[in-house]
Amino acid sequence: MLYVNIEKKLNNFTLKVNINTDKDILALLGASGAGKSVTLKCIAGIDTPDKGQIILDGQTLFDSKKHINIAPQKREVGYLFQQYALFPNMTVEQNINTGLKKIKKSERKKRTAELIKHFHLKGLEKLRPNTLSGGEQQRVALARIFASQPKVLLLDEPFSSLDNFLKWQLELELKNALNEFFGDVIMVSHNIDEVCKLCNNVSVISKGTVQEKKSVYDLIYHPKTLAEAMITGCKNYSSAQHISSGMYHCPDWGINLKTNNDTENAKYIAIKNEDIKFADNESENVLECEVVQIINEKIGRSIALKTTNSIIYMPLKNDSIIPLKHNKFKIYLDSNKLFLLTGSENDD
Amino acid sequence: MDLFPLYNSLRIAVISTFFVFFLGIAAAYYIAKCPRFVKGILDVFFTLPLVLPPTVVGYLLLLLLGPKRIIGSAFFESFNIRLTMNWWSAIFAVTVIVFPLMYRTARGAFESFDDTLSDAGKTLGLSNSYIFWRIRIPNCKQAIISGVVLSFARALGEYGATSMIAGYIPNKTATVSTAVYQLWRTGNDELAFKWVMINIAISALVLLAINLLERPKSRV
Repeated sequence: MLYVNIEKKLNNFTLKVNINTDKDILALLGASGAGKSVTLKCIAGIDTPDKGQIILDGQTLFDSKKHINIAPQKREVGYLFQQYALFPNMTVEQNINTGLKKIKKSERKKRTAELIKHFHLKGLEKLRPNTLSGGEQQRVALARIFASQPKVLLLDEPFSSLDNFLKWQLELELKNALNEFFGDVIMVSHNIDEVCKLCNNVSVISKGTVQEKKSVYDLIYHPKTLAEAMITGCKNYSSAQHISSGMYHCPDWGINLKTNNDTENAKYIAIKNEDIKFADNESENVLECEVVQIINEKIGRSIALKTTNSIIYMPLKNDSIIPLKHNKFKIYLDSNKLFLLTGSENDD
Repeated sequence: MDLFPLYNSLRIAVISTFFVFFLGIAAAYYIAKCPRFVKGILDVFFTLPLVLPPTVVGYLLLLLLGPKRIIGSAFFESFNIRLTMNWWSAIFAVTVIVFPLMYRTARGAFESFDDTLSDAGKTLGLSNSYIFWRIRIPNCKQAIISGVVLSFARALGEYGATSMIAGYIPNKTATVSTAVYQLWRTGNDELAFKWVMINIAISALVLLAINLLERPKSRV
């Protein structure tokens, strides 16, 4: 069980983290520069928070009031670095061995052999890290971390240095490794796809503030804040003012929208790209806008539509007509698909 | 031909390089942890001997170590040892003169060292000294070796500060560089020329060694 409640002043903002997780795979999802890596470093003890508390399985790792700050060596925290941080001057075997300082010398050899077998590193024992592929390097790094028997596993953007082709196999491998790990896992990522595949729960971190933990499903289908909606790939949003029950004025889109639910403190309205449709004969929530750009996607195309104050992105179904630049279209924003969002506290 | 100056030069250079190796690395390592203001001041202080005329360094050392000065007189009174005009007195001079070379190369290497490696070591429970000697130093090996060789080369040729603090006493404090000056001054051109050639040969060898070391490695 890991409890983190810390604050640290960074260059542009103050990092405020509140995490409480128990034998879970939790994702910290946020854009780059949101303070994700610093959070992990504070938990590992490589970086020091300004104030707060970190408690792991009942043991206080950090407490600013009691002046406790346990050395990283004694925290029993496994850290998978972005570039894996394998020691270039050591072989695969020696790298794994460095994780085994806790156990008796006589047992180390046996344990190394087990880990090498388990992580499919047979035949690579005597090689140096720079001769290995990205996937092999990640397996060595994981073997080295498992060797040190940590209580919590911190994964810092584990796939950032890989190309898409390799990524998919590595995600599977990492998933398997995580299933065998019985402690807390915190994974930092900016990619909702990775988070979906590997994590159960997720907290969005935006400008240093960690938002409430929720399930990955809830995050995607019921985002509550603008930061949550945007990180899950919801590009279309407008600021919103509550007019009357179920009615909002959206100045950025230049339209009054009818919504199904009613949250008076909603500050934004958003809709997923794929939920936008061309208007048929709907009478409400119809918006006329002009095509300003046509974008080729991996599959099909999407168009950028200009509204009063913002741009709406809309993927085109394959069979639909292809609009030309400057064409005007009416689109329909389904009230069932609209998200009412609060701003996160430091948006103001 | 009396080879004492060569022997003396070599032993002074070897011992000084040995000291400078540890001092330079330690200074480079700890200065990185200082706050910026302190870092700036210490860096100037540590690098100064590189740009000062060696005679100025010699003069300053004599202010400290001279028989009537603070450290010099203290040593003489307690141990009956004079710190100047011995063969080993030159070690003080050479160490100070050569120190910036080792310090600068080690600092450069440490600055380009990837700190996540030492962070990784810490999270794996490795002690700081293990991380330093088994991870940091081996990964900065190339730069540190060229720092050592460069320091050795410079140590071998030190003249100014050495002549002030150890003088020229044949068979006692004479080094190659002081011998060349002394022989030339006394008109022994032929012998001076021999020593000059020896000096050039050794320095060229050392520089050749540096170039071989700095040649990019194909694969580790």
